[in-house]
Amino acid sequence: MTEKPKVGVYVCHCGINISSTVDVEAVAEFAGKLPDVKVAKTYSYMCSDPGQTLIKKDIEEHGLNRVVVASCSPRMHEPTFRKAISEAGVNPYFLEMANIREQCSWVHEEIEEGTAKAKKLVSASLAKVRLLEALETTEVDAEPAALIIGAGIAGIQAALDIADAGFKVYLVEKTPSVGGRMAQLDKTFPTLDCSACILTPKMVDAASHPNIELLTYSEVEEVTGFIGNFDVKVRKKARYVDFDKCTGCGDCAAECRVKDRFPSEFDQGMGKRSAIYLPFPQAVPAKYTIDAENCLYLSKGKCGKSPKCQDVCGAGAINFDQEDEMVEFKVGAIIVATGFDPFDASRKPEYGYDDYPNVITGMEMERLVSASGPTGGKIKVNNGEEEIEPKEVALIKCVGSRDASVGNEYCSRVCCMYVAKQAHLLRDKLPDANIRIYYMDVRAFGKGFEEFYDRVRRENVRYIRGNPSEIFKRGNKLVVKVEDTLNSRPLEDEVDLVVLGVGLEPRADMREIMELLRLSQSPDKFFLEAHPKLRPVDTATDGIFLAGCAQGPKDIPDTVAQAKGAAASAMIPLARGKVTINAQVAIVNEATCRGCGYCVNICPYTAIEMITINRFGNEVEVARVNEALCKGCGSCSAGCFSDSIQPKSFRDSQILPQIAALGVMR
Amino acid sequence: MSAEFNPNIVAFLCNWCSYAGADLAGTSRVNYPSNIQIIRVMCSGRVNPLYVMNALQQGADGVLVSGCHPGDCHYMEGNFFARRRLGMLKDLMEFVGVDPKRFHMSWVSASEGHKWKEVVEKTVEDAKEAGPFEGFRRRQIDW
Repeated sequence: MTEKPKVGVYVCHCGINISSTVDVEAVAEFAGKLPDVKVAKTYSYMCSDPGQTLIKKDIEEHGLNRVVVASCSPRMHEPTFRKAISEAGVNPYFLEMANIREQCSWVHEEIEEGTAKAKKLVSASLAKVRLLEALETTEVDAEPAALIIGAGIAGIQAALDIADAGFKVYLVEKTPSVGGRMAQLDKTFPTLDCSACILTPKMVDAASHPNIELLTYSEVEEVTGFIGNFDVKVRKKARYVDFDKCTGCGDCAAECRVKDRFPSEFDQGMGKRSAIYLPFPQAVPAKYTIDAENCLYLSKGKCGKSPKCQDVCGAGAINFDQEDEMVEFKVGAIIVATGFDPFDASRKPEYGYDDYPNVITGMEMERLVSASGPTGGKIKVNNGEEEIEPKEVALIKCVGSRDASVGNEYCSRVCCMYVAKQAHLLRDKLPDANIRIYYMDVRAFGKGFEEFYDRVRRENVRYIRGNPSEIFKRGNKLVVKVEDTLNSRPLEDEVDLVVLGVGLEPRADMREIMELLRLSQSPDKFFLEAHPKLRPVDTATDGIFLAGCAQGPKDIPDTVAQAKGAAASAMIPLARGKVTINAQVAIVNEATCRGCGYCVNICPYTAIEMITINRFGNEVEVARVNEALCKGCGSCSAGCFSDSIQPKSFRDSQILPQIAALGVMR
Repeated sequence: MSAEFNPNIVAFLCNWCSYAGADLAGTSRVNYPSNIQIIRVMCSGRVNPLYVMNALQQGADGVLVSGCHPGDCHYMEGNFFARRRLGMLKDLMEFVGVDPKRFHMSWVSASEGHKWKEVVEKTVEDAKEAGPFEGFRRRQIDW
């Protein structure tokens, strides 16, 4: 620690990314003259192998003990360079990075200002690096279990992979059944596999796997801790049905006094269910649930003479006294697979979704066309007067996607293909109908997509380029008002059924998960990944991973691929059995701590406790940091009256010189 | 005040939101004034109010502290501490005769590269309006 600093400064060209706006040679020359700098060099790509070798060689040759790398953001390559210098025998925490790319060359245009700022940033980094301390990382055991939030296809797949590898999985699902959105779909593009046929075996596997503990109708309430050691609290909501006794026979639902009165969530409100219900026939677990809001007995306290479900249940499974149950467990990693919400078509009032029963969304179309759906797969719509089989059908793409007016600028990636698929299914069921698709673009980018799109066009489905402006009623027909933009012709197209190809949106309740796990959103409001290219399944928080549409719109193969990726990443700490804990934690100077305990109140992680020590013969109370719990945020330090508690690598004595370096150079 | 006055601004950014937001501004090639120099801290809660005063003392004309949006703190509540401490500091600055325009607090998330640009522009503009800061005698620090 007392060794005199010998600093090497390395300025990166980053090809021309930095060197086009920053005179890197001038920066290196300037740095070379600063105190304690032994060498200052530039290189085209510092992060490359030769770049790292250059640093390592200099460490050996010049006996460097500190390194400043002026290149990209430390959020990008700090680990790279830490590793490089430690390989050369220098403590990895004797590194400071000057961010002269993201926060300098990429945001300024003039080479003079870029160079001047880069010099300042380098001198600030130098001011800090000279005062850094050597830190040792420690390891703690990781709990060999994972929590997966959401049991759609992403959650199920990730759970199966982790469980197959031999680790315990807690699969938490908010609704009474696993399966998610995929269970609602009829056929899947472009192969036309039946969605339920490929999904249900996986649902059953997930429920019966010895390593998976399935917690349906449950919500995660609290997550504390860190990678390897998360403490989780889950609320198992009361089903009012004894899980172990229920046989899933369905007698209760058939006898319910409010039988088939409530819109079925699974059928997108097109079908009806009772107050005691199974969301869909293949639901897993096949256990009934009472909807407490609608159940006469639970909401009004009275259901005839006695609740019929209770009377009829041969297994005696109905239990109105059941209460929510809290389950607590520990996991080493968490995967967030909470999925998406379909765009709410009411937000495009010009399409009349709220006004006309024969304007339906893509999700409703899936249920309508499904053999297990409310009409048994018959295409029947109400045109406001009667049930008819539609002769004229229009499908509209990009509803709620690529549309800044509703705040969704992104492409939802699945609508082009699911609309094409629905056109195909409609063609199957309505051979004589006129089917047309209104589109802005056709994005058939995936494996087999273009071929499928060609096939659908050959099935006498017309693609008309134009974004409809309005849908209104004329007689018993719906009129789609649109401009055919390929031949600049305004059209008023009379149809019987309009299917809105609604896009995918972040879930309305995603804020709860965000706050629970401290995750961030990307500009499209889906969960933000740690790096858009290189860490697409990681989050900024170690040990928390993303899978499926929670991270952004995806089709099923992409979702499964990401789920498998997230599972593989989550298994790294589980398989290793150990995690490295952050070395940049706070430390108390027990000689100056006055024992007020103010930091104890500040610490959000309860990482600080008061202990009694002997100071020059006096028993005094001082604070002590539990390094396994400390995250190194430094809030305690800013609140300390005597500056006794300091986060390592971000001490006052390390930051103040940085400030001074920036100030004196004006 | 001369039109050429280029204020020197020191910014303290939390690692998780605002620093990442500033990085995103870079990745998206958003242009903004080069007067601002960023010091990375793990959390806005780390920013001791004295840092702000120290920066002014050391030759900054303006100071910016930026963290995660309230409620989104990576460390759960660090930005609430920052908000309270620095809010008080702002009042104090006014009381001791330092133009509060020299000090800004903002919440910029990791996805708000464009907001970061706006924040910087506003901070620079206000510092320009406030003029060169000569309020504290400068220490010559021999670092």
